[in-house]
Amino acid sequence: MTATSAPGAPSIRRSVSSRTRDRQRSGSRRGVNILIGIALLLVVVVQLVPFYVTLTTALKAKSDLSSQWAFPFTSVFWGNFQTAIQDGGILRSIGNSALVTVIATALVCLIGSLAAYPLARRQTRLNKVVMLLIVGLIMIPPLSVLVPLYSLLNQLHAINTYWGIILVLTTGQLPLAIFLYAAFMRSLPLAVEEAAVVDGANLLQVLFYVVFPMLKPVTVTVIILTGVAVWNEFALSSYVLTDPSVKTIAPAIGAFFSSQSSNLGAAAAGSLMGVVPVLIAYLFLQRYFIKGMVAGAEK
Amino acid sequence: MTQATASRPAAQTSIGSAASALAARPPGRRRRGFGARGSGLINLLYLPAVLLFAVFAVYPLISGVGYSFTNWDGYSPEKPFVGLENYLRLFQDDTFRQVLGNTFIYGIGSMVIQQILGLGLALALDRPMRGRGAARAIIYLPVLVSPVIMGTMYYLLFQFNNGAFNDIVVAFGGERVAWLSQPSAAVAIVVAVNSLQFVGISMIIYLAGLQSIPQTYYEAAMLDGAGTWQRFTGITVPLLQPAFATSIVLNLIGGLKLFDVIKVMTNGGPGYSTNSVSTLIGITYFENQSAGYASAMGVVLFVIIAIFTLALNALLNRRRLEQQ
Repeated sequence: MTATSAPGAPSIRRSVSSRTRDRQRSGSRRGVNILIGIALLLVVVVQLVPFYVTLTTALKAKSDLSSQWAFPFTSVFWGNFQTAIQDGGILRSIGNSALVTVIATALVCLIGSLAAYPLARRQTRLNKVVMLLIVGLIMIPPLSVLVPLYSLLNQLHAINTYWGIILVLTTGQLPLAIFLYAAFMRSLPLAVEEAAVVDGANLLQVLFYVVFPMLKPVTVTVIILTGVAVWNEFALSSYVLTDPSVKTIAPAIGAFFSSQSSNLGAAAAGSLMGVVPVLIAYLFLQRYFIKGMVAGAEK
Repeated sequence: MTQATASRPAAQTSIGSAASALAARPPGRRRRGFGARGSGLINLLYLPAVLLFAVFAVYPLISGVGYSFTNWDGYSPEKPFVGLENYLRLFQDDTFRQVLGNTFIYGIGSMVIQQILGLGLALALDRPMRGRGAARAIIYLPVLVSPVIMGTMYYLLFQFNNGAFNDIVVAFGGERVAWLSQPSAAVAIVVAVNSLQFVGISMIIYLAGLQSIPQTYYEAAMLDGAGTWQRFTGITVPLLQPAFATSIVLNLIGGLKLFDVIKVMTNGGPGYSTNSVSTLIGITYFENQSAGYASAMGVVLFVIIAIFTLALNALLNRRRLEQQ
């Protein structure tokens, strides 16, 4: 690397020799490219196989013993979806999930952005400690507090309630949201807020008219991360939501699957129905999804 | 607090130093953002969040430690104190030892596979080629699917009768395999399913890392005659250090916490042989009615994950500093 700053004869000679080597190698390089292409194709196929097999299984009657690899072109059977809806309550669970996800995500955005503002803008020793503790909460594995959390919810009569699971999942997603909001706020120029203060705006006016409108990019990230996490949450909700009328989609599919172990077609149909909402969102918002996930990962 | 902030102007100016450098304001003028001003009332804004954390995270964490010193059954009002008995029992419990081993296999196994596969995919998909966007999107897709559903889907592939994999085995003249009935095979399958589902996260992190490396570095190295391997070890690997740190910590913790896939694919069986600590906590609490013992497992799980996270962060960040 250091040699590049001093372009002398030796480095030129080396570059010429490497170029001739490149020409000699171009045949093998094309071979390498083809191999890489085949390997990539293989991984892509592997990632799609579960979806394909689930689809073929869902579209076949229990009596149809043809291979899972074979697509039932001639005799598509829709009865499994009917079973999943009637016996598994899958549609009801999708509705429950939508409710829980929307409210929890809205709460995370609101409480998270409010909390992040003082932590980003007023970095006293106390606030630095608070921030550190909040980030530390990300480490708590949900199942490690299963016993105390469940008995707490039981005392609060929050088992099998929407508000119980919403508050639990909101708390679980808040630390990451606060962290992302605070990091984003620190990157915003202070001058805009100062100008508003000079013009006589109070704290709430600064927040709602000046700061919050600038938070759109990070809010998209928080919505996607929180929305996907809450929609897919299973570990805690499978214990907190046991009543079919309030069950969200992940525990509903888990329970339906274990009750239908002899009727895998119906389990497959239920799984597909649970995936479709996320797939549709991904299809339309793909760019935001990947950008958001990177932002969330690089915390 | 009010006086403390007022007497520390240096700390305040550092908050928006970049902004002030751009604005080039007259010297000596005081900043008048809310953050810089005296009143600590602004801290009230994080009160709702702190309340939620206190009730649904900190209190359970502390009362969980309390429960771990009892042999509470989970429902009766009395919680008999037994001291450290639960922790001593954990050390002698063969089932727990096996489950702890599984947990490390899930964590470390997934992490290793995801790094190798994720970095390989990122390197392959970093070069311009047809269908690159579609390949990335498809490889990433399973990340968004609930692990319960992913586990159900893979269960269909691995089932004994009429399973897609057994169809292949039979087509090649073999006997049907009971994939998920052999403990070690089942553990390996769970690791593979978890790795494949979340390999997209590593891939995306490494892709972002690769794209942040200036192309001129590679051009300069090529002028100096560095080969592909030299460029990889001399430029790519050191400059991907932050991406390695992020991806390794994220995947390791994800694997150590593994719950959903195990629950649907094996339900911890046969016997207890494929449980992770997380799934065993649920069984111990609800099926064996040993809430005190389950709490002790929870404390151990939390401590393990905290140690791994802090140690890895310290280690990987120090290496990053050394390289700068």
